[in-house]
Amino acid sequence: MTPITAQVLATAAGALLLTAVLLLWRRSISGGVALLGLQGLALAGLAVATTPDGELELYALAALLALGKGVVIPFLVLRTAATVGDAGQARAMVNPTVGMLLAAAFTTIAFLVARPLVTASTRPTAAAIPVGLAVVLIGFLVLTSRTHALSQIVGFVMVDNGIGATALLSTGGLPAIIELGVLFDVVLVVLVLLVLTRRIRDSFTSIDVHELRELRD
Amino acid sequence: MAVIPWIALIIPAALAGISLTLPKASVVRHTPLIAAAALLGCGLLLVVRQPDGLTAAGGLLRIDALTAYLLLTVGAVAVVATGGATTTSANGRFSALMCLFLASMTLAVLADNLGVLWVAIEATTITTAFLVAHGGGRHGLEAAWKYVVLGSVGVAIAFLGIVLVFAATGEDPTLSWAALTTRAHLTDSARIGLALAVLGLATKAGLAPMHSWLPDAHSQAPAQVSGLMSGVLLSVAFVGILRLKTISDHALGVPLMRTMLSVVGLLSLAVAAALVLTQRNYKRLLAYSSIEHMGILAIGAAIGGPLATGAVLLHILGHGLAKAGLFVVAGRTLSATGTHAIADVHGLLVRRPSLGRPWLLGITALLGFPPFGLILTEIAIFVAGYQRGFTVVTSLALLLLLIVFAGLSRHVLAMTLTRPGTPEDEMGVDPASGGQRLVVLGAFIAVAMLPLLAWPLSSAVQAAVAALGGMP
Repeated sequence: MTPITAQVLATAAGALLLTAVLLLWRRSISGGVALLGLQGLALAGLAVATTPDGELELYALAALLALGKGVVIPFLVLRTAATVGDAGQARAMVNPTVGMLLAAAFTTIAFLVARPLVTASTRPTAAAIPVGLAVVLIGFLVLTSRTHALSQIVGFVMVDNGIGATALLSTGGLPAIIELGVLFDVVLVVLVLLVLTRRIRDSFTSIDVHELRELRD
Repeated sequence: MAVIPWIALIIPAALAGISLTLPKASVVRHTPLIAAAALLGCGLLLVVRQPDGLTAAGGLLRIDALTAYLLLTVGAVAVVATGGATTTSANGRFSALMCLFLASMTLAVLADNLGVLWVAIEATTITTAFLVAHGGGRHGLEAAWKYVVLGSVGVAIAFLGIVLVFAATGEDPTLSWAALTTRAHLTDSARIGLALAVLGLATKAGLAPMHSWLPDAHSQAPAQVSGLMSGVLLSVAFVGILRLKTISDHALGVPLMRTMLSVVGLLSLAVAAALVLTQRNYKRLLAYSSIEHMGILAIGAAIGGPLATGAVLLHILGHGLAKAGLFVVAGRTLSATGTHAIADVHGLLVRRPSLGRPWLLGITALLGFPPFGLILTEIAIFVAGYQRGFTVVTSLALLLLLIVFAGLSRHVLAMTLTRPGTPEDEMGVDPASGGQRLVVLGAFIAVAMLPLLAWPLSSAVQAAVAALGGMP
């Protein structure tokens, strides 16, 4: 690994974790979406840093990642946010201080859980695997503690970013065709959820998913 | 032969394209049925010819005996669901999504690469999201939202698991199922990876504790969609679990998956037992019955061995046909009575025999009364359980099954055999045509003939069990 790729790797991994923690802090949807876009770009940076020299198709894949997760998804979420209203409705069930403590705890857990993975791997990037797992766990926290429909979408994309980072760091990435299929699926899931968000807004007049409680046994 | 997997994938996709480009054409009402019939044909051809280890798309797709049998099951259940349902609200987009749903299930069945399997399973969530919400108003939207969020998060857990399995293959990385089943040495991360992957797929298979989306989605979706989701999508995800179990049994030993599947199986039966007893909505009743049957399958897989595994595979076909037929009848009952509530439907057998008879017949099949075949597969699973020394698990499962049995019969008898409480004219007509009624009847007859079908199918089922490595 050249010094430059090592620096790109460290910066991208740091940016992934930092954006995850800040996402937990930010309440407003538009601020959160901007951070999500940055996180997508950091993931693409990680893809570049883990690519062996001269593999052009992997660089193309990293470019698609940057486009999909750094630009397309944030743009789509922002567009829906503009129509359904941002309005500071991102009610969180966990206050920011508790959130920060939980994020710290999750990061520690990620480092402990990933230890066998890190020691078993011969890859130079393996030391950063816990970052991927920490982003997954923080993503789950956002997903379960926010009740705004768009915040849940943001949490889902975070979880996926974390898994993508884990894959890149522990294996250098899945086969290109699979990565492409996964990216395509995630964009479609976000699209489906955004359409449902608009329809929910139209028929429930609120996009707090806790209002969705008419179906029960 | 190598062309058959491509035919099975391309025909539904092409029909989806036709449905979208010619939304006004009369054929659009029938494109899902045509796609289903094509899948049934491909499945039959493969079961008869039994090509083993045929690969396509550079090894991403593979056909073994299990694929062939499963393609047959998907086709047969899809013919019942799409051919039996009364499509009053059919339109181009609806038909296109149905065809794409069938195509994504086919891809999941044909996938050899675990990554492709994952992409296909996620695609089933994407294609069914709007089908669940179709025409269901607020309740449909709520069900669809929960379904997509919980479904895709659950499947994301499976993806993390698959990534860890890939990392565990070390120097010669592979995601090919056929290659992984011959690997005796996987590093430590395989254990947690396989456990996460099974837990994630359990979400799509409707196994407790990952089932919470299922009763909402299956009860709100239109009849043909719930029929397909309950009858065969759950099983497609479950067979994914069986494939992961084969990898795990080979590399990590049998106990890991045996414990996991016993626990989720018993938990699913317990959830079904508790909620069937107190259920007030007859479509949810069917949904909880699906959780029960997935629990039986999980316990059968945990028991393992040729008898239980063969019974599990036959049970998938029998349950799929019965459940698809029942959801179709439930949809017709809903449009005739205008209510989901068990308490508001009385005397169906006298007032609307065309609804009451198939409803009673189908539930009898589902409960496993003779002559219907599900009794044989259930007995085979429990006999294998006692033979192989799973006394506690098998006895608990039998007890829970008895509770589900009592709950289901009570509700269904209340709907069909009670004295009509309201005047005749308050109930609408049964919207089904003669052909649609015949399709449902045919499905129930096929379930009744399952013991007889087991004979021509036996070599196919045995070959499928062998493809799973005999499931030790």
